[in-house]
Amino acid sequence: MTHALTDGWVIARAYLLHWVRNPAAILSQLLYPIVMVLLFGYVFGSAMAVAGTDGDYREYLMPGMFGQTMAVGVTSTLITMTTQVSRGVTDRYRSMPVSQTGVVLGRALSDMVSSALELAVLIACGVAVGWRWHNGPTAALAAVGLLLLLRFSLIWVGIFAGLKLTPEAAGASWMLMLPLTMVANTFVSPAQMPGWLGFLAEWNPLSATVAACRRLFGNPGFAGESWAAEHALLLAVAWPVAITLVFLPLSARAYRRLSR
Amino acid sequence: MNSYSLVAEGLTKRFGDAAALDGFDLAVREGTVCGLLGPNGAGKTTAVRVMTTLLRADGGRATVAGFDVAAQPAQVRRVIGLASQEPAVDEILTGRENLVMWGRLYHLDARRARRRADELLEQFGLAEAADKRIKHYSGGMRRRLDLAATFIQAPRVLFLDEPTTGLDPRNRTEVWQAVRTMVADGCTVLLTTQYLDEADQLADQIAVLRGGRVIADDTPDRLKSSIGGDQLDLVLRDARDLPEACDVLAAFGPPAADPDTRRLTAPVTDRMHALGEVMRALAAKGIEVEDVALRRPTLDEVFLKVTA
Repeated sequence: MTHALTDGWVIARAYLLHWVRNPAAILSQLLYPIVMVLLFGYVFGSAMAVAGTDGDYREYLMPGMFGQTMAVGVTSTLITMTTQVSRGVTDRYRSMPVSQTGVVLGRALSDMVSSALELAVLIACGVAVGWRWHNGPTAALAAVGLLLLLRFSLIWVGIFAGLKLTPEAAGASWMLMLPLTMVANTFVSPAQMPGWLGFLAEWNPLSATVAACRRLFGNPGFAGESWAAEHALLLAVAWPVAITLVFLPLSARAYRRLSR
Repeated sequence: MNSYSLVAEGLTKRFGDAAALDGFDLAVREGTVCGLLGPNGAGKTTAVRVMTTLLRADGGRATVAGFDVAAQPAQVRRVIGLASQEPAVDEILTGRENLVMWGRLYHLDARRARRRADELLEQFGLAEAADKRIKHYSGGMRRRLDLAATFIQAPRVLFLDEPTTGLDPRNRTEVWQAVRTMVADGCTVLLTTQYLDEADQLADQIAVLRGGRVIADDTPDRLKSSIGGDQLDLVLRDARDLPEACDVLAAFGPPAADPDTRRLTAPVTDRMHALGEVMRALAAKGIEVEDVALRRPTLDEVFLKVTA
């Protein structure tokens, strides 16, 4: 147990070195959200009218982009995990006196650092296109905290799925993640969707985080009629905690089951 | 008499309907190299995974350096090294960084990890490439780095799963040299391979594995003599000479003839002597030979003999 922290740090450091040494990968990872901001902010945004936003779509959009980027981040956890299993790295860890908790901590730490960096770039990008936070730095930091909390809970989903899937399936997980992040309040208000879809969108964990962020940043469009929309702050904490409580033990179990 | 570093008794493991291990028995003496020889799907990797604590057997037991793999996995992990079929090295890091990282994970402090990395880079002939990233390494260099990583904590038992699969002959020789270095340090090695000559080159003991169980287990010399040592291949100029050439070869071992390729094959024990005698006898009879070769028996020929 004493080794968990030091082993975790050694592993996280190696992952972060990957990041630093692979400029093309960082660039595409950081460019993607920027392109999305430009695409939705200016191309689609010109045709978007979201109820209660007074026509300023970019103010509405940015918290959605932050949330989506955190949610889609699960694919990078997933892909790294499947690659490590298939390339025998996981086997080497398991045949060594390494703290297995440390291996997971290292993974989580490096994912959180890279996600935080991604979020910082996206916030800067938002400021550049005219998005602002209006309720002071404390509320803004609380919103950033909620976004990172969502990302943290998804690490366990990524690890669990990564232990179950092949690298090919992991690569295709994008196709599932993108629509999942759109059936939410990220780009449009669930109130504008057909009833059943709107219901799903209201209760999407991502919607809770995004609605809570809009409220904390003072951006328009957080108001809603439903219970989920009214209790967004509560749900933005409850959902990630629930996801962690389910998927952390599942990941540990899947890891143990590698020896079956 | 050395004691045994590795003992497996009646290991079984099923994946669904297929039995990967079906009563696997093996005993390897301390400080020796055992070659586990078998074709794809014979259960070599499964056996290695059970003995390295990666996989739990359904039945039977195994001990490594005296520790039970099922009951004392943590102790086992402290005394073994494992090189899987795919080198588990980190492409983005340099050779030195890889070894320092793995060294830290074996809980050496930063200074000792660096010192150990330098020693190993020297020992495995990678000192010049130490600061190059692995993606610029050749297949053989990658394997050697992977072997060096397994050697960080000076393991008492080393498991090498097909260490030369997919390598060209030069890289293969380099990896063999690296394995010999490790053995010279007194480590017990279990090496899986599909090639008899590889086992012959490196091993003190060869266990032939088929269908998840060991069907022959002996020293390379005794195993080879039981399967008739080397094989002598002859290709004749004229297929009509085959019967007469068969008679010549029959003095050394039962020959097999293939009229389509004008090829004759016979097992021989004293290879150079046999070669000389056969060539002289054929020349005396005026039989023209197009090609001649001495080679180790293939895995197929070993199995035919061992199961006969």
